[in-house]
Amino acid sequence: MEKPDLTIALAGNANVGKSVIFNQLTGLGQIIGNWPGKTVEKAEGILVHHDKKIRVIDLPGIYSLSTYSQEELVSREYIALGNPDVVVNVVDATALERNLFFTLQLIEMQTHLVLAVNLVDIAKKKGININYELLSDILGVPVVQTTATKGIGVHEIVDESLKIANQKTISTKPRIMYGSEIEKRIEKLEEALKQTNIDYPSRWTAIKLLEEDIEIIKTVEQKTPDVVNLAKTFSEEIEQIHKEPCSTVIASERYATAAKIVKEIETHEQPQKPSWGERLDALSMHSIGGYVVLFFIMLGILGFISLFGGWLSETLQIYFEQLRPQLTGFWPDLAWNGGVVGFYASLGVALGFILPFYIILGVLEDSGYLPKVAYLMDRPCHTMGLHGKACMPLLVAFGCNVPACAGCRILENNRDRYIALILSTLIPCSARTVVILGLVGAYVGIGWAVGLYIFDFILIFLIGRLLNKIIPGTSVGIIMEMPSYRTPSSKVILKQAWVRFKPFVLTAIPLIVIGSIIVEAMRLTGLLSIVSDFLSPITVVWLGLPAFTGFLFIFGILRKEAALVLLATAAGTTDIGQVMSPLQMIIFALVIMIYIPCIATIAAIIKEAGWKRAMYITIFEITLALLIGGISFRVLDVFI
Amino acid sequence: MPQEQTEEYLEAIYDIAGLGGKAKTTEIAKKLHNAPASVTEVLQRMDRDGLVKYEPYQGASLTKKGENIVTRIKRKHRILEVFLDKVLHLPKNHIHDQACKMEHVITDETEQALCKTLGVPTECPHGSPIPPCNIDVDNCNECISKDISDKEKRKQKIVSITTLKPGEKGKVEFIRGGKNVVQRLCDLGLTNGTSVSLIREAPLKGPIEVCVRGCKIVIGRGIADKIFIQLEEN
Repeated sequence: MEKPDLTIALAGNANVGKSVIFNQLTGLGQIIGNWPGKTVEKAEGILVHHDKKIRVIDLPGIYSLSTYSQEELVSREYIALGNPDVVVNVVDATALERNLFFTLQLIEMQTHLVLAVNLVDIAKKKGININYELLSDILGVPVVQTTATKGIGVHEIVDESLKIANQKTISTKPRIMYGSEIEKRIEKLEEALKQTNIDYPSRWTAIKLLEEDIEIIKTVEQKTPDVVNLAKTFSEEIEQIHKEPCSTVIASERYATAAKIVKEIETHEQPQKPSWGERLDALSMHSIGGYVVLFFIMLGILGFISLFGGWLSETLQIYFEQLRPQLTGFWPDLAWNGGVVGFYASLGVALGFILPFYIILGVLEDSGYLPKVAYLMDRPCHTMGLHGKACMPLLVAFGCNVPACAGCRILENNRDRYIALILSTLIPCSARTVVILGLVGAYVGIGWAVGLYIFDFILIFLIGRLLNKIIPGTSVGIIMEMPSYRTPSSKVILKQAWVRFKPFVLTAIPLIVIGSIIVEAMRLTGLLSIVSDFLSPITVVWLGLPAFTGFLFIFGILRKEAALVLLATAAGTTDIGQVMSPLQMIIFALVIMIYIPCIATIAAIIKEAGWKRAMYITIFEITLALLIGGISFRVLDVFI
Repeated sequence: MPQEQTEEYLEAIYDIAGLGGKAKTTEIAKKLHNAPASVTEVLQRMDRDGLVKYEPYQGASLTKKGENIVTRIKRKHRILEVFLDKVLHLPKNHIHDQACKMEHVITDETEQALCKTLGVPTECPHGSPIPPCNIDVDNCNECISKDISDKEKRKQKIVSITTLKPGEKGKVEFIRGGKNVVQRLCDLGLTNGTSVSLIREAPLKGPIEVCVRGCKIVIGRGIADKIFIQLEEN
């Protein structure tokens, strides 16, 4: 990429509308990548503004520079060491006190700073009046008012950023003065730090040392261990004076400053009546009503996607089959049964199941519903050794396990991440939904399909309990901001869905087409039956399935929905009912559901948890699926 | 009436109905293996002493005075459980009954000494939080490092934030827990002295939602149990 003229980083608390601003500023060509060496996603895009090429980076949400999660650490490292030309601190106009707590820390870090006060419209509705000029004066940084969902003020952010980037010097006048007992010690530490070359600004480093920030201590220790020891003595002295840890003393003082600023700049009109958001809260977080709402939302999503996806797949099939040429023979069969069928089947899955799921997920995310789910499900999650936030990746897993694995990063400790990772890979993703609904739902009956789902949920719950018992440690528990409901922006949702969907189109569809050409070639040459015969001790003897399914299990590793798509090819007929009994279909779907994470998911697990754990998970799930499949075959045989 | 009996009754009401709730006479009778008629008699006497509020056919609830006594007893009980478990290594299923007997006889002095010796435990072996002591110190370190025999008793009542009812509020007094968790709560605005109100709680001892500095925060039960506040009257 050509070197940009300017780099802007968007930083701020979670749920303040950073991503909305990011999506308003940048086009579709954004890059979702990983931070080097860290498993945290970053979004990056390019914006052309008055002939200037500007790189915009959307940093993960952060509440404080004393970092709690890995995401926050990435944000801090980028702000401190990534040398962005300007940091745009996006803050929530309706919760300035909490937001300014972070702003004050950014000012301490001496960054080129622009403050974007977002959600101005909502603040007005709530009767909050803010004196923006006074805020700018007090903080010494330019302040822009924005209503990002409508695009208001978004380009002023860029104008101000360009102005501030050209300023050579930043005011180093401290905006918060701590109590004299702390200031004196900061000064001494700054003096001591002068002799060494630290990449961070000295006052900020001194404060962080007093706060006993582990990362900063590590960095400074390598250069001057003496300063670290001095800081340790100092913070113990401060602790003696205040009778509480130095870091909380400093946090208290920062909050006191933030509260003082807010008092000066904010006036409130009349006490607010309960808004529609609060009434929705009362319903969606109600002790009983909340769970009813959640149940119907989940049911609605699954119902809608399965109906829509089924309809679209069928429509595509009818449309394409009309075009089928009246030719037979090796090459026409290979081209049509392999290439074209593979193409429209995967297209049906992509447009019918996966894209709608991502759009619905976007609506749930942007409206602020997901945190409510985390609140409601926290208690049930604890029985599996997780806390409520784990619901978010688990919910994503219904669409696709791959982003769910990455989503487990929102959990704070290693143990939680590992358990959530394993459970995510057992959630029936849309590909497995295709197999369950397309095979069992269509040929055996919807009741059996729902039964398979329920069985899977019980299995997940039991495995969760088991993992909770055998993996040492306990979950730290949930601490999470509860955002208010917002009207989601369709532009942002569609864009996010597209960014998530694109990799599927680009990698999965070609993979399925190539795969189905290979299967067809093997079928036509008779190679398929050789492989299937080889696997028949497992498929035929143990699971009671037709021999041709053996090959599908291998192919299902690439993509699980491919197992259904290729079933017709391998069986040599599209009317599956003729070649498989209802029991066989149920067992087939059951094994497909559990037996192995698909190759893309395995890759994601390797990235998140390493080779070893990915291998354990894979072996565990294959064993489990074969065990359950074989037993179910023998038990269900009695009933069907 | 012997003190031990009073305390047993207060505890029974607390176990059945919690702070503020009403316990039925039959429930109390069942818990204490007593006849309902004699339970009614005792409750009436305790009502006269101002320890409970007793309404015929409705049951009994704790008064402020009763609450204070029960909190102290629960503290002694749970500290004793830790002692029996950690130091004497008694079998887990024996310690509750033993602590039930000992809790009525040990003095406050013994309780403080145990608390110090055991390294300021925060919960009993069964996972219930130990209520804070009522000595007017700023934190536990002060108690460990200095002689506090001349310290006064705290005037205000300090309770865990999870004992609040929706709509009630208080000021953060102190937070127990690991450095990271305490720091995170501070970063989200729960610094000492901050006013905080309970919005709602999820069923079956699920997480709570609180309002602090105009923001809503959800906190898991295990963490919230260790946030102690001083009640504010509305």
